[in-house]
Amino acid sequence: MEEPEDTPSFRERIRNKAHDFAAVWRKFPEQIQRLVIVFVVVVGGFVWVRPFFIPSDFGEYGHYRASALEEEAARGILYAGHGACIDCHDDIVEIKQASFHKDVGCEVCHGPAFAHTEGELDELPAPRERGYCPLCHEYLPSRPTGFPQIISASHNPMEACISCHEPHDPVPPETPRDCDACHGEIANTKALSRHVNIACVQCHETPEEHKLRPREVRPGMPMGREFCGECHAEDADSDKGIPRIDLATHEERYVCWQCHYPHLPEVN
Amino acid sequence: MDKTEKGKTFRRRDFLRSALVSLVSLAAPAVLGAREQMKRLQSWIIGEDYDPFQHNWGMAIDINKCIGCGRCVQACKTENAVPDSPCYFRTWVERYHIFEDGSVEVDSPNGAIAGFNREAKFDQNVMRSFFVPKLCNQCDNPPCVQVCPVGATFKTPDGVVLIDPDYCIGCGYCIQACPYGARFINPETHTVDKCTFCYHRLAKGLAPACVEACPTQARIFGEVDQKSSPLLRFKRMNKVGVLKPALNTEPKVYYANLDMEVN
Repeated sequence: MEEPEDTPSFRERIRNKAHDFAAVWRKFPEQIQRLVIVFVVVVGGFVWVRPFFIPSDFGEYGHYRASALEEEAARGILYAGHGACIDCHDDIVEIKQASFHKDVGCEVCHGPAFAHTEGELDELPAPRERGYCPLCHEYLPSRPTGFPQIISASHNPMEACISCHEPHDPVPPETPRDCDACHGEIANTKALSRHVNIACVQCHETPEEHKLRPREVRPGMPMGREFCGECHAEDADSDKGIPRIDLATHEERYVCWQCHYPHLPEVN
Repeated sequence: MDKTEKGKTFRRRDFLRSALVSLVSLAAPAVLGAREQMKRLQSWIIGEDYDPFQHNWGMAIDINKCIGCGRCVQACKTENAVPDSPCYFRTWVERYHIFEDGSVEVDSPNGAIAGFNREAKFDQNVMRSFFVPKLCNQCDNPPCVQVCPVGATFKTPDGVVLIDPDYCIGCGYCIQACPYGARFINPETHTVDKCTFCYHRLAKGLAPACVEACPTQARIFGEVDQKSSPLLRFKRMNKVGVLKPALNTEPKVYYANLDMEVN
């Protein structure tokens, strides 16, 4: 089907639109026309100028400069990290890995070592003075139970720590054995309690198999009130100094360990 | 005779078809180029082996293991050149004393950079005492980013909240917005500063300096989203909580064995 002859061409239509626009534009008062021009210049100028002030990578990941990540990531490091020392000092690292200090990184005491690994720094400091070890090992009541602590004022006051303790393989007065070897936290708690002299196996019946397959063969645990009552009941045949309760009337709704932690029993 | 063949007029369908074809052919290289550009930018930004889109970092802190030695504070200040003077810390350690009547006292002498001293005698008995290391919680929903008027602080694709010192105007809005008090104005640069999870170390495959320096492994660092990471293992084996959970900031620093008084 042919289009009608009198359809105006594209150019004519544009020209018509322009005429229409000019007619509408002239209808506005002059001050409005000026305002519109100013507005268009300002907004257009802003849109034109904006890209020159905003870095091209702004908004690449989000509302920020993407290369800020690169700048942050490009900063140099000072601490070389856990794995760095073994390349050269494997003898010391091997000793340390089997010791109580196995979790203490070399850089904790010797300071940042990256420059040393790069060959820019010959020797790293080693704290030999008495003040350093107490940063961790001075007795503070806030420290977790079981963490080895001393009171440095009364612990061989004139000696340097390293004259008795080799820092790469520190040894406590006695190596934990038997139950304490695995259950150190309980052992340390019990050591401070009234129950310090009660052997673990007096309450926990422990098959020899438990040492080989600890999770499958579990030690026993006293379940009833009568077990504690063997020492703590009023008519029990036990030492005079042991606190007594009347099993029949003393908080009979509970079993003992619901109120008293057997490894650190407390009384109100 | 058909007018189209003479080239005088165009039929609408032909016009639309050719417009569509030319649009697609014009846009295709732009779209492909943008993807290529994006890839190039990623590799260029961090280095070939680090892709920030592949990570989501978090940290866990075991209160029962912290001994308050302050080695993390020392390591952080060294690694990040945080001004030595007091009051400026990216990470610090607090000591809590909870008394018999339930009142709480918190102290942190110089951020615990030189550890703690034995405390003076208190009027009443101490019921519980422990240490709490603190740092920027790297919130998943960070209030500090929301308030920054210039886009100078932001959450990276790998979940770390960073500051662009070139863009920061030092207005301090983010310091007000942070519920954890993790931010400060650096007196040397006069821009805002805070923990970056040692982003420069992450990009090189290393753990943050405080994690390296902790002698008791009280700080655990790793991926939040991966099924096997030291962090996930820690979160499975421990009951973990976050600071001020009611604020919905969704922190990525998790605490185990946290006392109810800590916030």
